[in-house]
Formats: sequence, C-alpha cells, structure tokens
Amino acid sequence: MIARPSFWIAAASLVAVVGLTGCERLPVDTVQVGYRGTGMEQVTNPRIAKSLEAANTVPEALEPADSSGPKARQIYQNVKVLGDLSVAEFNRLMVAMTQWVAPEQGCAYCHNVANFADDSLYTKVVARSMTQMTQTINAKWQVHVGATGVTCYTCHRGQNLPTKLWFTEPDAKVAGRLLGNNFGANRAGVEANANSSLPIDPYTPFLLEDKPIRVIGDTALPTGNRKSTMQGEWTYALMMHMSQSLGVNCTFCHNSRAFAEWEQSPPARATAWHGIRMVREVNNEFITPLTPIQPANRLGPTGDIGKVNCATCHQGVGKPLYGQSMLKNHPELSGPDHLLKTTIATPQAQAKTN
Amino acid sequence: MAEYQNLFTQVQVTAPPEMGIPLDRARDNTERMGGPWHIHLLGRLGNAQIGPIYLGFLGVAALFSFLIGFTAIGWNYLVQVNYSPIEFVRQLFWLSVDPPPPSYGLSIPPLNQGGWWLFSGFFITLSILLWWARMYRRARALKMGTHVPWAFAAAIWLYLVLGFFRPVLMGSWGEAVPFGIFSHLDWTAAFSLRYGNLFYNPFHMLSIAFLYGSVLLFAMHGATILAVSRFGGEREIEQIVDRGTASERAALFWRWTMGFNATMESIHRWAWWFAVLTCITGGIGILLTGTVVDNWYLWAVKHGVAPAYPEVWAPVADPAIAPGAAPTPAQ
Repeated sequence: MIARPSFWIAAASLVAVVGLTGCERLPVDTVQVGYRGTGMEQVTNPRIAKSLEAANTVPEALEPADSSGPKARQIYQNVKVLGDLSVAEFNRLMVAMTQWVAPEQGCAYCHNVANFADDSLYTKVVARSMTQMTQTINAKWQVHVGATGVTCYTCHRGQNLPTKLWFTEPDAKVAGRLLGNNFGANRAGVEANANSSLPIDPYTPFLLEDKPIRVIGDTALPTGNRKSTMQGEWTYALMMHMSQSLGVNCTFCHNSRAFAEWEQSPPARATAWHGIRMVREVNNEFITPLTPIQPANRLGPTGDIGKVNCATCHQGVGKPLYGQSMLKNHPELSGPDHLLKTTIATPQAQAKTN
Repeated sequence: MAEYQNLFTQVQVTAPPEMGIPLDRARDNTERMGGPWHIHLLGRLGNAQIGPIYLGFLGVAALFSFLIGFTAIGWNYLVQVNYSPIEFVRQLFWLSVDPPPPSYGLSIPPLNQGGWWLFSGFFITLSILLWWARMYRRARALKMGTHVPWAFAAAIWLYLVLGFFRPVLMGSWGEAVPFGIFSHLDWTAAFSLRYGNLFYNPFHMLSIAFLYGSVLLFAMHGATILAVSRFGGEREIEQIVDRGTASERAALFWRWTMGFNATMESIHRWAWWFAVLTCITGGIGILLTGTVVDNWYLWAVKHGVAPAYPEVWAPVADPAIAPGAAPTPAQ
C-alpha cells in the first residue's frame, strides 16, 4: 500500500517549518533607493524595527546650566579637560555622565567620595580619556558623525561598558598540533561575520591595524593586483560586520553590481569610509592606551582591552539613536579648539590608508 | 491498468532478481557481488532490486582513496571542535579544511598550514579519477556508449579547474576552494567580489543559461513522458525507431504549443549537451578569472556589456584620493 499524499505533504511542511525557525518572520518592507530595476533597495523588517525603536530612545536632557560664575578649574582641583566650564555646567555634565554610564553606582563609580579630585580609581582616568575622545570625535570627525555628534550615551546606554565591544581573537591553536587549523575562520555563531564561515575577527586587521581593505582590481585585465580571494574573505567579513551593525543591506553603501566603483556608490559609502578611520583612531589613540590600568576582568583572552567597532555606537541602526542629537544639549562635548591643536593628528594624516 | 500519476512509482514488478547479461570476459561475470535483494521503498523511487555490484580494482581503489581524503577532513573538523561530538554536529556546516595561505604559493606547506587541504584534495581527486575510469570500463564492458563517463568528465573538468588548474595558473594553492559546507559557499561569494562580479563573466552567463536550460528541459521531458505513459510512452528507446501513439501525441503536443518538437532520441541529446555544457562553460569562466581577466565588471564596461544607468545620487568621490588626502598606497 502507498502512504496517503497528505502524509507526505505534512512531512514536507514539518521539515520546512523546522528549517525556517532561524529566519525572521515575513513579510519585510522594501524601499527602492537607486535607479529602477537595478536591485538598489533597502530591506527592513517592521517587527525588528519596533524593538529597535524602543532600544533607541534618548533620555530626557537636563535643564541647561548657568554659564556665568567661576570656572570649574578655579574651584575644583585636578580638572584637566573640562576646566573652562562654569561650575554649574561642569556639575550638570557630571550628573549627565552618571546617568549615562553609572546610574546604579553613582559618583562613586569613578570618584573617591572622600576626595573627588583623587585619580586613584582607574574609572576616573578612563572617563577623562573618554571625554577627550568624545570631544575629538565631535570636533574632528564631523565627516562621519555630522552635526548630530556623539555623547557618552551613544555607546554606553546606561551601562558601565558599552554592550558591543570586541577583543582580538586568539590565534588558532596550531602549535604542537598536527591538524585542526581553522585559520581564524569557520566557526558557528560568530556575530561579527553574520554567522557565516568567514574570518572570526575582522576587527584587528582593519579597525586596529590598517591592513588594506580594498581587494578588487581597478583594471579589467590583470595589471599587478595580487590580492587573493582569501584576502577578499577578510574584507567580506568586515563588510558583514558593518552591515550587521547598521542593520542595512550591502546596497546602503554599494552598488552591488560593482562594489568597488565610487562613482556608482550611494553617498553613505564615503561616510562609512571615514567611520572606519575614525574607529581606527579611537581604538589606537584613546582605547588601547588605557589597557595598563584596566583590572584583569576587563581584559580579553589576549590581554587586550575591549575596543570599539561600528556596532558600539550604531547598535543595529543606520544612524545611532536614529539620528537624535544629544550633543545639542551638551555643547561642552563638542570639543575645545586647544585640544585639537595640541594632541590630535590631522584627518589628512589618518586618511592616508585605504 | 496501472498509471503513472503520482510523485512515486506505483508499479512494482515482483520477480526473481535480474542478474544482468553474461559478458565475454570471465572476470566481468564473476566479480559481480552483493545481493541481490529487494527493498520495496526504494522501488518507489527507482528499482527495488539492490545489487549485484561490480567493484573490481578501480572501484576498491576509488573507495579506499575517498575514505583517506574524507577521514582526513573529518579528523581536522573534529580537532577544530576539540573532539566534542556535540560541537561537531552543531558546527558541522561551518567547519572547513582550508587551502594554504597564499604566501605558500605552490609549495607544499606543513600539514597544519594547509597541507591537509592538499592531502585531502589529492586523495579525493584520485578517487574521482579512479571512479571515472571505473565508469568508463563498466560502460565498455557492457558494450554501451561512453556518454555517462564523458558527462561525468565535464563535472570533473569544473572541479579540477576550481581546485587545480586555476590555482596552478595563479601560482597559489590559496586560490582554491576550501573543503567545507559553508566555507565553499562563502568562498564563492568572495571569489565573485574579488574579481569584480562574476555575473559579468560571459562564460558564467553561458553556464547559468545551460544550467537553467537543463532544469527546463528536464521538467519538459519528464512531464511529457509521464503524461504519455498511459500510452506506453515510457518505452522511449523502442519508440525512437518504432514511433507509437505516445510518441506522436507528445510530439504533436509540443508542436501545438511551441511549433517545434524534439524527437524521442534528440531530446536526450538536448539534455546531455545542456548538462555537459553547464560544467564546460563554467570551467572556462573560472579558468579565465584572475588569469586573464581581473575585474569582470570593468571588462564588461570595456566591451559594452554593462549598461550605464542614470545617476540617482551626486557621484561620490573616493575619499582616499580626495584633494587634501595623502596619496593612495599602491594596490
């Protein structure tokens, strides 16, 4: 006897349902962003958008403070970065930073409450450096952050540590082993590369070091471009990270028929290009130098500090916090000129690598 | 009378096992081994009779060679997950034996620096070639044509281009495809990205056309024969020379619907050539990539294949060569 067709249909349906459990529920919204018929479109899922919106509300701004009166550096000791603010402005920012970074621990997270000027807590030293970093980003990297700018909240979101930090992946265990080299790739469940088998850590070569990202040749026939397909996989992994971090398709920045062509790329690609350089500078100039003062539990498997990538600010949306500017309520974080003149490299110097 | 109107074959002949025809060479008769026995469920998909099988020297050598390569890959997977059977199953699709990094060129690297890829690749390739020789020999032994081994050879051509000919021409084993489920798919995407979009490769276009054409022909032919099986249409070979009503109805159907019909014989030539050309043209396309063409998109622009579209955004300048930026380092 043959089984009834309904049995086979039911079995096939079951397989299909189980197989699809890893997927987002349909339907998705598609918006055309380029010339018709070229597949230039952005795909969003309204179900995900709702939870993203909830996660990207900005806290209410504090009442503006009086800018008159004595400066912070005249009243307080050991004020190295924000000394030009009035005492009222200074205290307002301290309250805001507490809400943004350490709402549970309060002032004592960074300060010795017996002596607020004391630098003995490493968190205070970190906070000072992060303030300088925020000012630098807002003053120097407007090409990426625009007038919207960033504040501590852009990354921290009320947490001591931003939820999206990365550590360098330890080398594959090869020494003393005859086999089993995964070449830093081929692992399940890696968020960085969108759960593919691509390289696990595209951050270290591209967002800390400045290994070349471009692999596609700029001539039709071979004229000396020796970039390998394997190198292409590293670039591909970085691009998957960017796509994941921003919650966008490739076509947000690229015309996917010719990924390398700048003339056909959406303008967001230039913004992203500067973003890569910005993240690289942040990691090298501001984050990595803080490694020696970190307690051991804050360090990664290779003894490195948690560093930033695209997801640290973006957290799944094209513009962090959907482009709502918190900087406009905290102009003191825009960055004083003297800081830029003295300590920071010029953007031109940074732009030298591709 | 039984009819073919289901996904599965409804007719099963229950009969003594068919041992096949006697052949001239004694060995070809004596080395048929295993079974035969009948499995009803398999009979719904094909022939219920399993065996006899002829292994012979080539078959045994192919199986042995395959097992060496397959086991080497399996052990590498197992060590990658620290011998955890659960992780082995969970990560099976992600695990991979990768070729050596490009820095090794065409030299023989240490085993754990891609040497296992060469090792596994050698034995699996050997096994495939032995299996091809076995297919050829069995076809000749049965006094058949050699269409099946030559079709298989087309697939082997594509396989060898991907894993051997092209890497050798590029001077690097690192250009070859890794042995892994997802890793070979990710490789495919990275390969297309690196070489400027494989869709603009005309041989890739041909390969896709033949692939989709094969699918279409397969559907048309399968459907046609099933549709006239009530008139005995599945006796295709007889109807090549002795055209019956099934053949005439099928031919008329296609002449009615599209003005032209293949014949009972020629439809099989159509199918064979479409399938074989999928691999042959695909292999040519891969072989040309990186060796004589570095960027298929730019190649297509140069030859008027890729159209230009109206601008939607103001053109973006490459920030790496923007005024004020330091010069771009050489690629």
